Amino acid sequence: MKYGVVRFPGTCDDVDAVLACERLGEAEILWHADRDLKGVDAVVVPGGFSYGDHLRVGAVARFAPVMEEVERFALRGGLVLGICNGFQILCEAGLLPGALLPNTGLRFAMRQTVLEVVESSCLWTRGLTPGERLSIPAKHTTGRYYAPEPVLDEMRANGQIVLRYAEDPIPNGSVEGIAGVCNKAGNVLGLMPHPEHAVDLLTGSADGLKVLAAAA
Amino acid sequence: MIASHRELGLTDAEYELIQEKMGRDPNGVELAIFSLMWSEHCAYKHSKLLLKTLPTEGPRVLMGPGENAGAVDVGGGLACAFKVESHNHPSAVEPFQGAATGVGGILRDVFAVGARPIAILDSLRFGEPDSPRTRYLLDRAVAGIGHYGNSIGVATVGGEIYFEGPYEQNCLVNAMCLGLIEHDQLIRSAAAGVGNKLVLFGARTGRDGIGGASVLASAELGEADADKRPTVQIGDPFEEKKLLECSLELLEQGLLVSLQDLGAAGLTSSSAEMASKGEVGIDIDVRRVPLREADMEAFEIMISESQERMLCVVEPDRVDDVLALCAKWEVNGTVIGEVTDSRHLCVLDGGEVVGDIPVPALVDDCPLYELEPAEPVTPVYPAPPRQIADGLDARATLLALLGSANLASRRWAFSQYDWLVGSRTVRRPEACDAAVLVLDPSGDADGPRPGLAVSIDGNGRRVAADPYRGAVEAVAECSANLACAGAEPLGLTNCLNFGNPEKPHIAWQLTRAVAGLADACRELGAPVVGGNVSLYNEGPDGPIYPTPVVGMVGELPDVAMAGRIGFSVAGDVVAVISAASYAPSLAASELAKLRGEPIEDGELPAAVLGELRALHAVIRQGVRSGVLRSAHDVAEGGLLVALAECCLTGAIGARLELGGDDEAALFGEGPGAFVVSAPRDALTPYGQAAKVLGEVGGDVLHVDGLLEVAVDELIRVHAGGLTDRLR
Repeated sequence: MKYGVVRFPGTCDDVDAVLACERLGEAEILWHADRDLKGVDAVVVPGGFSYGDHLRVGAVARFAPVMEEVERFALRGGLVLGICNGFQILCEAGLLPGALLPNTGLRFAMRQTVLEVVESSCLWTRGLTPGERLSIPAKHTTGRYYAPEPVLDEMRANGQIVLRYAEDPIPNGSVEGIAGVCNKAGNVLGLMPHPEHAVDLLTGSADGLKVLAAAA
Repeated sequence: MIASHRELGLTDAEYELIQEKMGRDPNGVELAIFSLMWSEHCAYKHSKLLLKTLPTEGPRVLMGPGENAGAVDVGGGLACAFKVESHNHPSAVEPFQGAATGVGGILRDVFAVGARPIAILDSLRFGEPDSPRTRYLLDRAVAGIGHYGNSIGVATVGGEIYFEGPYEQNCLVNAMCLGLIEHDQLIRSAAAGVGNKLVLFGARTGRDGIGGASVLASAELGEADADKRPTVQIGDPFEEKKLLECSLELLEQGLLVSLQDLGAAGLTSSSAEMASKGEVGIDIDVRRVPLREADMEAFEIMISESQERMLCVVEPDRVDDVLALCAKWEVNGTVIGEVTDSRHLCVLDGGEVVGDIPVPALVDDCPLYELEPAEPVTPVYPAPPRQIADGLDARATLLALLGSANLASRRWAFSQYDWLVGSRTVRRPEACDAAVLVLDPSGDADGPRPGLAVSIDGNGRRVAADPYRGAVEAVAECSANLACAGAEPLGLTNCLNFGNPEKPHIAWQLTRAVAGLADACRELGAPVVGGNVSLYNEGPDGPIYPTPVVGMVGELPDVAMAGRIGFSVAGDVVAVISAASYAPSLAASELAKLRGEPIEDGELPAAVLGELRALHAVIRQGVRSGVLRSAHDVAEGGLLVALAECCLTGAIGARLELGGDDEAALFGEGPGAFVVSAPRDALTPYGQAAKVLGEVGGDVLHVDGLLEVAVDELIRVHAGGLTDRLR
């Protein structure tokens, strides 16, 4: 199993993602300017502040040369995981429905969150049981998931809501407490919390491995 | 146009010395350069003689003061480079950018020696939180620190915040950064190789931060500070992230002869320092510098403090490779000059020489001033405002302390920071007395996983009460925090935040505090590897509390054994392990502050440093071996507060017998005591040194004959103490 981790200028959690993936298989950095996925089996678009969040989060990265290949890969059914800024980029790229808005608190907020696995068509969570809870940290300023009601209806019907915050109140104000969503085919997952930061009990929790391992 | 020497902060005598060294009158560009290089900020002219008294050598020190950051050996061929620096005056004028660029500056210091930054800590001081100005400064400074650290992807793992009246006008923002590097990759800043090229890379140069070091950092704050906003630099963490990656890749490929960041005084000080250390000359053509504004004058380009810039020396045949790598990371890279054998800093504007100064005159010949200390005969600081009545019972006193601005939970601040990026954070904020980081974050490690612990500390009120003993306590407190993590000190960095040293009572504070630091560092085995001095921290209402901030780095053989604050297992015994000399008193304590008592009342207990060193070793061993299930240093608020913190952190109660209601024993402060918990019988080897108080269990903190408080209430009061005041 070989993971590819995309690196844009301003990506911060790429090294963490590589380290996490290396616990499960091989991992390689995919440079933003190269139209080359190096034959990887799954692509991780990691967190950070690609292009300094200029214009709008994820808006610039979405046009990077490597993203053309990621889109092609995703449309062919390749496994793609977008974490935090990566989730924002996948939404901007149209690979995932909806958008991420500023947190209701309007501040960067970091905390260990509790997520509940929702019954879905997502390939990344196929090893998990609906209702199962995961302890995974989240850290972002722009993580309030939003989609208009008709889109949400469609997502519910297709099993595209994958993870919810099992917390009250919802930490960032996401609609229906949505923390992660997938595309219709189930091969592309985006989530705001950071599974790559939950891979070792020594640093707090290891539940993130369960998500990353689905591809392995 | 350029101001006169007095407006630039130079005395008449200094100006005459400049004329003598130059053999003529300096022109405008030269005078601007001198005014910065001879400012307090760059030349340490009031502090250098004192700083020489600090111990700087130790078996693990790889690089001491004088480089961009100091470095210690952390085993396995790795070095930890670290430094703390102040950004006080800019933060007092514009807190968001001031604090953000404080973080940006200290990050650059660390990667300028080649190290990859792995952690940031910050030490903040503000006025009392009932002041709108304090709430504004706090809110924006914390946002600025988060903005920069979060965006660049370096974890903010720890820090401290204190609220005291004397910081009302002049807040303190000190930032510390740690980085890791292999020993043989450490790079210095000395320019070398006549004919080698000088490459400036990073952001374009603009008019921001002009005169920052001389105008802001080397004079007292005054009424017209809003006018100084343009002298505050503007930070761009995205630019710095690219600069960081670019710098480290340039070093990895072995393309650089030397590297230096551009901080205070911009191109002027970076080029002069590089030339001075390498005993060479440097020619710089300011017209080659990429500018944000086309019409900048030569002196403006030389003294601009635009952020996110680095200067390196490159052999001519490697220039193309360097510029190609800059292009890869989308940063500007420009050859702006070269190394010469003239030992002059020569500034050209196009072809024309507009400044020509002997480097030694700039760097070595600034006069150093002996301080003229005199102990003040009348109180320097007003008594703090009274917040609680006398005669409260122990329960009410405990809750008042736990919920006080200085002791309440800092979650409001650290939830705005990314404390996890990098995958090294083994102990999160408020889980342990020190932050704990694993050296190898990969899953490959088998067996023990070595790590670092780091703590930052300095209690200005106690230094104001007794500069010598207060400064000793700052070092001892860091060492105690490290012991609670299971770590042994390797070295420390300090930032000396004081008022105007030309005033005898401030000079006395500074002299006594440095003496305390020197003794404590020597006795506790923590050499000083670098730091920073911030003087003139005073406004119309008087000086700040004298605030030496100490950042200490230690090592632990296995982070899996790192200590915790919180009690965890019902039935464990609770004990205090203390030095024979432990003699807590209410003098300058948090309780005395809440009661509005003058800080001069009473006397701080003396620290017996030899005993503390031995005690810290005992605690450290207990944590490392796993005998101690929790360890927490008794500090602000005294024993009862420490016990309550162990309960609320672990979300479990305790049933204790303290043997009396003596206020000094319950709430007094002084170095040399720890609250620990351990399985029954595990403490037997400690004998008389461990005084058993009771056992862990239940959901109430119960002290026989004294108080009973539900753990939930402890948690609520502690959690809400700060946030409630900020509403």
